[in-house]
Amino acid sequence: MSAAPVVEPVATTTTRTARQRPRFNSTWLLWIAVILIMLFCLFPFYWLINTSLKTGADLSGANIVPPHPNLDNYSSIFRNGDFTRALLNSAVLGLTTTVIALTVGSFAAYALARLRFPMKYLLLAVILSITTFPPIAVAAPIYKLWSDIGLYDQPFSLGLILPDLTFTLPLTIYILTSFFRAIPRELEEAALVDGASYLQSFRKIVLPLAAPGLVTAGLLAFIFVWNEFLFAITLTASASARPVPAAIAFFTGSSQFEIPLGTISAASVVVTVPLIVLVLIFQKRIVAGLTAGAVKG
Amino acid sequence: MIGPALLVILLVAAYPIGYAIWLSLHEYSLIHKGLSRWAGFRNYSSALWGDESHAFWNAFRTTFLFTFISVTLELVLGLAMALAMHQAFKGRSVLRATVLVPWAILTVVTAMTWKTIFDPDLGFANTMLRALHLPGGHVVWLGQSGYALAVLIFADVWKTAPFMALLLLAGLQVIPEDVYDAAKVDGATTWQRFRRITLPLLAPAILVALIFRTLDALRIFDLPFVLTQGTNGTNTLSLEAQQTLVKNGIIGLGSALSVLTFVTVMLVSFLYIRFVGGNIKTLAEDV
Repeated sequence: MSAAPVVEPVATTTTRTARQRPRFNSTWLLWIAVILIMLFCLFPFYWLINTSLKTGADLSGANIVPPHPNLDNYSSIFRNGDFTRALLNSAVLGLTTTVIALTVGSFAAYALARLRFPMKYLLLAVILSITTFPPIAVAAPIYKLWSDIGLYDQPFSLGLILPDLTFTLPLTIYILTSFFRAIPRELEEAALVDGASYLQSFRKIVLPLAAPGLVTAGLLAFIFVWNEFLFAITLTASASARPVPAAIAFFTGSSQFEIPLGTISAASVVVTVPLIVLVLIFQKRIVAGLTAGAVKG
Repeated sequence: MIGPALLVILLVAAYPIGYAIWLSLHEYSLIHKGLSRWAGFRNYSSALWGDESHAFWNAFRTTFLFTFISVTLELVLGLAMALAMHQAFKGRSVLRATVLVPWAILTVVTAMTWKTIFDPDLGFANTMLRALHLPGGHVVWLGQSGYALAVLIFADVWKTAPFMALLLLAGLQVIPEDVYDAAKVDGATTWQRFRRITLPLLAPAILVALIFRTLDALRIFDLPFVLTQGTNGTNTLSLEAQQTLVKNGIIGLGSALSVLTFVTVMLVSFLYIRFVGGNIKTLAEDV
């Protein structure tokens, strides 16, 4: 406040509630901002839904509301074997990767949160720095390696599990470590005094208490895998191996030369809606996980 | 207990990077499998000042230009959104939920959607511009350099400014209210309070968000891949490396380009680790 003119305190006249937040001077300005932000955030998604409900000639017009709304695009994508296969692949890949990351990650995080060992700081720094790797640096050698050992283009996106772990495991460890640290040590000690083994106290005391952390880490890991694109297109080539993002990028219509805008949009809506629902349900947890050390999923 | 995790990390992070460096020192043929020969630093010299240097430095420039402009815009927009979300008003929770929507939409879907909206003939953007008789209604957005980069930046800002806003909101929430009350009592205006209280106290959160987003932007791949396939001045480092590798099947050079991308990002990453060092230290302390 050095440059601001010093104003005599007028404490007796300022009787407004002390705990209120800083406000804009005019409420209407705030409301305009709020409406603009919401339009900005929601319009593209609305446009996607709008396009997915159009067919035929309507697709070539930029109507804000579909003139003849229908669900033809949706029924068509579910008759499309490639798309349903991609959904299955992504579900299998997402669940497998998440379960491995949570299992391996929770042991590591527990050790990092509880045990004493040298170079713990360095280890955490390395783990965090892995989340900032450019995926191409992992994709290039894996592409060659998988071609050599036969993991390239395998069904159920099998070849994507390991490269996806490169990013989901460090993320899981980082989030879980901060959750485990928040659990009071006394609870475990009480269990140990009562004759429980370390593993029992971990399983029966720590894991249930860390459940919110597991949910947060698991969700962020799953979202990462569901969204991951570079490995998805680099390490697969056929429909039986492609997960959702790769399938959408290579969507083809009834003919090779037609851009199937309506069906792509319908497929996009189908793969996005579950994610939005998840994110809205677990909103608080996800924001907490994302802001914990600014680690992104 | 940490053993399995260390093993997996060695397997999925250290080993690939090491192997990438090894591959980048060789020449490989994808047609005659197994045929390879030692190339020394030839792939690197080719990328940095040889035949491929034009493509590499173009991608390098595009990546940093893209990163600089989009991260700056995201900061400004994200800060504005965070300030709005921090106000007390009815429906604040709805707003906070809404800004998570762009984050939750798959990046590929984001790219497809903006591609549709910026279609030169049938897209919503040009139709609106023409209907309102505004300039730009006949621009082939993704078909001209400059415009293509602008759309790329726009799509990235849309997707990540809300995320930036959430990081900054977390920073805003820890600023104690008393400081504002004291300033109000002293007669500080809204602008003065923002300039002299909010900004300085938010600086650490802004710094972390900036570095964090910069690292993410430097490895951009999905958006340019879908929007333009890297044409019209939108080829980025990751995209150039991936295309060399997969589309052209040049393993050695592709690996060298990947390693160069890795080194570039890691240099910036050291900054990041330095600034969140305090966070890591707390996590590493014994309880």
